[in-house]
Amino acid sequence: MKPSSMPMTVRFITREAVMYKNTPIAEGLFTWPSKEPALLGSRCQQCNIAEFPQKPSCPACGSMDVQVEELPRRGTLWTWTIQGFMPKKPYLSDETPETFTPYGVGYIELPGAVCVESRLLENSPEKLKIGMEMELVVETFRHDESGNPVMSFAFKAVE
Amino acid sequence: MDVAIVGIGIHPFGRTAGLSGLQQGAYAARLALKDAGVEWKDMQFGFGGSASAGSADALVNELGLTGLPFINVANGCATGGSALISAFNAIKSGEYDIGMVTGFDKHERGAFNADPKQMGIGEWYGEVGLMMTTQFFAMKIQRYMDAYGISSNTLAKVAQKAFSNGAKNPNAWRREEIPLDVISDSPMISHPLTKFMFCAPGEGGVALILCRADIARRYTDKPIYLKSAAVRSRRYGSFEVFAPSQALKQVDGPTVDASRAAFEAAGVGPQDIDVLQLQDTESGAEVMHMAENGFCEHGEQEALIQAGETGIEGKLPTNTDGGCLANGEPIGATGLRQVYETCVQLRGEAGERQVPNTPKVGYTHVYGAPGISAVTILQR
Ligand SMILES: [Zn+2]
Repeated sequence: MKPSSMPMTVRFITREAVMYKNTPIAEGLFTWPSKEPALLGSRCQQCNIAEFPQKPSCPACGSMDVQVEELPRRGTLWTWTIQGFMPKKPYLSDETPETFTPYGVGYIELPGAVCVESRLLENSPEKLKIGMEMELVVETFRHDESGNPVMSFAFKAVE
Repeated sequence: MDVAIVGIGIHPFGRTAGLSGLQQGAYAARLALKDAGVEWKDMQFGFGGSASAGSADALVNELGLTGLPFINVANGCATGGSALISAFNAIKSGEYDIGMVTGFDKHERGAFNADPKQMGIGEWYGEVGLMMTTQFFAMKIQRYMDAYGISSNTLAKVAQKAFSNGAKNPNAWRREEIPLDVISDSPMISHPLTKFMFCAPGEGGVALILCRADIARRYTDKPIYLKSAAVRSRRYGSFEVFAPSQALKQVDGPTVDASRAAFEAAGVGPQDIDVLQLQDTESGAEVMHMAENGFCEHGEQEALIQAGETGIEGKLPTNTDGGCLANGEPIGATGLRQVYETCVQLRGEAGERQVPNTPKVGYTHVYGAPGISAVTILQR
């Protein structure tokens, strides 16, 4: 079959029609679907300590009197590193050792809430500085077996 | 009742094809028994641990089925320290006169791959690539360097010293010196830490014979007294590995807590310590652990390390056997290796790597996931 005779367009339309479903990498990590997603944490009603991800009890005092809340979408970079090699399992991305690109990892201090660990969109030391302002993004991290995008969170520098 | 170490044995660290972790443990155990001039049937108890090499109590199949109580200990990187503390308390209680502590392991090549579920964390955490101890250590030293002015060159010097000490230790895995620029220029694993600044999972075994201090001289003319041993886990607010989030307000980590408890119980202070072994999973850990264990103020490490004070001839001889960097990290054995090295140093039998001026008091410290630390203080 010649390339020109392949029903590319038709197939494309069909795939569109199937409608890929953007699924979050885990339930309850962030508000989804949402135009402006936020991470979901739990806050202890006894000692006011916040935790991410949400847990049924407080890590500080053990109380089970906790409430889920949306965490601030902006914060400051508390510390960072760059993952230089592709991790072994349980790492699960679309990458192969050949296509792997180093990624940033950091803790972002979310004011009044908690310090959250996250992947960072920046992945070079020149672009990262402790104290810089960062904001939450939710984007496609990988695709599942049926081709559906799997959504996860990351932080990026505020422009 | 005071407690003495009267026999020590080690199987060389590194990679030993053809010997299981258990067999390396048995090898160390036989050497320790011989060192104390006792037999396995004289042992009244055993405490031991291994993370990846099977049950430590399977050692009885190698050494003889004598019916002794042998208790398996599993406490991550603090497994050896925890086994030692269990034995320490068993003798102190007056229940037993003499027994053995052992730790051995054999891990696959490459970085440890931890399972989030086992740590009570969602699978997403591992899938997106956050379940890496290397990242934690890098992020902890990154912030520390920023706060206290520690240079990358100092990180390289810690590794250089480790390999230099390892070169003088016949039981070490890495026994070749590595030049400073080779360490600095090796591939960046997790910024700011390069390949040669990290220890690797390895193999090895250590065994110790402990007894009541008042009968120690029956077995050796060089007893080493275990003055104190403390284990602590993390409190809320300390920065620990495998934490999807952490407190806004930081508190001291388990190392600081275990260190204080051990000093208090032993009735000595950091200024009394002549030789020290500090957890050096990577270069940055040794730097931070110097201050967390009370041997200097935060930030003073830069000048101390640049001046060579952590070398064998320095004021703070640290990781005299090459530490984890030169010995690798067989989890079950690593804490006991530190105690073994301290005994060798206090006995004055360390040969080429002997700390000068007949050291009298030694210190060991391990730290591991998910936030535990064990400290011992030993005295000749
Ligand atoms: Zn609480």
